[in-house]
Amino acid sequence: MLIECKKLCKNYGAKKVLKNINLNIEKGKIVGLLGPNGSGKTTFIKLLNDLLVPTSGEVLINGKKPGIESKKIISYLPERTYLDNNLKVEEIIEFFEDFYEDFDSKIAFKLLKKLKIDPKDKLKTMSKGTKEKVQLILVMSRRAELYILDEPIGGVDPAARDYILDTIMENFNQGATILISTHLISDIERILDDVIFIQDGQIKEHDSADQLRKKHNKSIDMIFREEFKC
Amino acid sequence: MNWIFDNDRPIYVQLVEQLEMDILSGNYPLGSKLPSVRELADLLKVNPNTMQRAFLELENKGLVFTKRTSGRFVTENKNLIDDLREEYAKKSVGAFKKSMQQLGFSEEEMLDHVKEKG
Repeated sequence: MLIECKKLCKNYGAKKVLKNINLNIEKGKIVGLLGPNGSGKTTFIKLLNDLLVPTSGEVLINGKKPGIESKKIISYLPERTYLDNNLKVEEIIEFFEDFYEDFDSKIAFKLLKKLKIDPKDKLKTMSKGTKEKVQLILVMSRRAELYILDEPIGGVDPAARDYILDTIMENFNQGATILISTHLISDIERILDDVIFIQDGQIKEHDSADQLRKKHNKSIDMIFREEFKC
Repeated sequence: MNWIFDNDRPIYVQLVEQLEMDILSGNYPLGSKLPSVRELADLLKVNPNTMQRAFLELENKGLVFTKRTSGRFVTENKNLIDDLREEYAKKSVGAFKKSMQQLGFSEEEMLDHVKEKG
């Protein structure tokens, strides 16, 4: 099991954000983490990445607590950018190459070319969507075991989204796992193996995407809209 | 090749239907080698795990088989293909008859329509 959560809880002061999460995620799957705003998606992701510590319970990556070892195998796209705006894309690639053992700059340059992004451009000259593409490329250019993407492609135009999803699918390591949190369900549902619905810090449903479609006779997007109707 | 998938139904089911049709129509001839899971997944832009599942389903139906070292092949059993084609033919004729009956056509009139416009 790649990810195991046992009775995982996280509080911010008196506020309970994650309540007793028990969850296993296998290797080799593309998993969608879907839930309304404030349901605990990003908190969950931060716990996986050792950016937060559980209030109680535990989360294990490959059987171990998140830390230096898990960071080597997790390639993480945070919801906010952390890159220096004054750098050129090729400079950032050099930095990543130096920083991560598993970073492959060949993949990065190939993907940049496919998405028609000039490596000599500075980040600050780019649109929001293009910056997002660059970040996603950097994250996907590591030969990681687990990719965690927190709200990717939100700023990317719909025509490019499909292209990016296809690129993700063609390029991710066989046997690697991708965990994607998103609101753009109809755009990404076709690539998902499994779906996790999270609400009020609890797992509502965790099943294969095709199983859910069969059960409800509906798309994941429609199931989401009905389950989380306001 | 560009298949459009309907998000309301399991994607592997749609893959099975399409591949079945490709086999029955002879697009993939008897005994011919099929592309690998990865190749076909890349081509059709679907998750390789979903593709794998579709192939397993086709294997269970006996339409394709795996040779341990050399890949996946279309069945050489012509009878199986013929039976399935018959089955599909029955189904589509049944559906056609049903909607023609609803429109109030007799079987003879239906035949005329098939000959004229089919």
